[in-house]
Amino acid sequence: MNTSATFGVGTPSESDFRDTRDGDMSDIGLTKGHVTVGSVEIQAAKITARGVNIFYGDKQAIHDVNVDIGKNQVIAMIGPSGCGKSTFLRSLNRMNDTIDGCKIEGDIRIDGEDLYSPKLDVVELRARVGMVFQKPNPFPKSIYDNVAYGPKIHGLAETRADLDEMVEKSLRRAGLWDEVKDRLFQAGTGLSGGQQQRLCIARAIAVSPEVILMDEPCSALDPIATARIEELIEELSHNFTIAIVTHNMQQAARVSQRTAYFHLGRLIEVNPTEQVFTNPEHSLTESYITGRFG
Amino acid sequence: MANMSFENHIVKQFDGELEDIRTMLMEMGGKVEQQLKDAITSVAGVDSALAERVIERESHVDEMELDIDEACMLIIARRQPAATDLRLVMMVSKAVNDLERIGDEAKKIASHAIILAEQDVPSKGYTEVRHLGKGVSNILANALDAFARFDVEAALKTLKDDHQIDLEYKTALRELVTYMMEDPRSISRVINILWVVRSLERIGDHAKNLCEQIVFVVKGQDIRHSELRG
Repeated sequence: MNTSATFGVGTPSESDFRDTRDGDMSDIGLTKGHVTVGSVEIQAAKITARGVNIFYGDKQAIHDVNVDIGKNQVIAMIGPSGCGKSTFLRSLNRMNDTIDGCKIEGDIRIDGEDLYSPKLDVVELRARVGMVFQKPNPFPKSIYDNVAYGPKIHGLAETRADLDEMVEKSLRRAGLWDEVKDRLFQAGTGLSGGQQQRLCIARAIAVSPEVILMDEPCSALDPIATARIEELIEELSHNFTIAIVTHNMQQAARVSQRTAYFHLGRLIEVNPTEQVFTNPEHSLTESYITGRFG
Repeated sequence: MANMSFENHIVKQFDGELEDIRTMLMEMGGKVEQQLKDAITSVAGVDSALAERVIERESHVDEMELDIDEACMLIIARRQPAATDLRLVMMVSKAVNDLERIGDEAKKIASHAIILAEQDVPSKGYTEVRHLGKGVSNILANALDAFARFDVEAALKTLKDDHQIDLEYKTALRELVTYMMEDPRSISRVINILWVVRSLERIGDHAKNLCEQIVFVVKGQDIRHSELRG
């Protein structure tokens, strides 16, 4: 298991193993050969996914997903529990590699480069594609060391001064600097939940990733801490490509430019966020966002 | 979406709340429709008593406006509606405004009916009022009907009918101006009729707004000021 630059591995939830193979889906208006509606392709794509199928053992969790993720844009992935959105998100930095029996088919590229090429260095990939998880998971180290860890192991800092600067810059970008600058050498785990999550974001951006994956980054936070993270996402999106999985639909509506709706392992619709929340193209998306099933 | 449904939310109260604002809007529409009919009758039938009643009942319409607006605001605050639900809430809160304005115009018509009834010499122009009044009443009825059934076709047809009303309004104006030129002593009387005709035309425009909103709810397309967006 390689956790060097990923800072923790997401544990697949029970729902990931739910059998989502072709059951009878006609009653919900879904056919086996469902084609995603909306705008799958966009200009200036950072990541392109084509024909992606993901299996856990012989259970298929993701069926033929095609989608582009735009550079310096936020894409929100929404859908009921077990719809495969987290599974798909994790495939974008090969987090699923760490799960036994997980198999991926199809083509995922970052800047045109094959993410699943045997030649690709996974450690380097995870520095380029960082991840933030549902529960804040700082290392049991000081605030400083949490942020310095990535740059250190990737050899990004030559001197102590460089490292100090990187730590400060990352904490500033994560909107945490003012709150922690006087206690940098206290334990990161001593911070509040919202601060811990921003610390994890600071840790993720310390290695200057190109893409940040966020798997329900606010679900363990109170509304004020959530608002801070959302504000942060907006700021970060000027420099980073962000893919966020969220159960909070209003959050998706607030932070993202594009929204992707997953259902039973299929990507049902991907469209500009303002369209998805005012006039979605697919009736399943409509039902979900209006709270008619979940 | 062909069949509009505002039911089947996981939260059942939400179904009820959306149904409530729909019903309230229909009720308000019915009330406003009656106000318009009575206002026209009060002019055409020179019935001051009826006109008085129209003026009196106007406050009921205003009360409904406040109630519906409040209900819409609560839905937004509580439920954060999206997609069709959101469009319905937006539509209702705008339609309420149009209906309230129609109520205002009906009240104005009724006030002119009272002034006209007080004059000894009957004014010319009653034919125009009757004719235009009938057309506008029909348009309002059809618009409300289209809303009740979320019928886009009917809404679009009513939109076209309003264009006809605008033409008839212009014709009526010309007629009224002619009366005034023929007999300058009639000017003050005919001007009252002119205001009535003007109010009727405005009511047609509000009914038109209602129809545009229906298309917005059902299709998610904003067809207002379509010339701006090509």
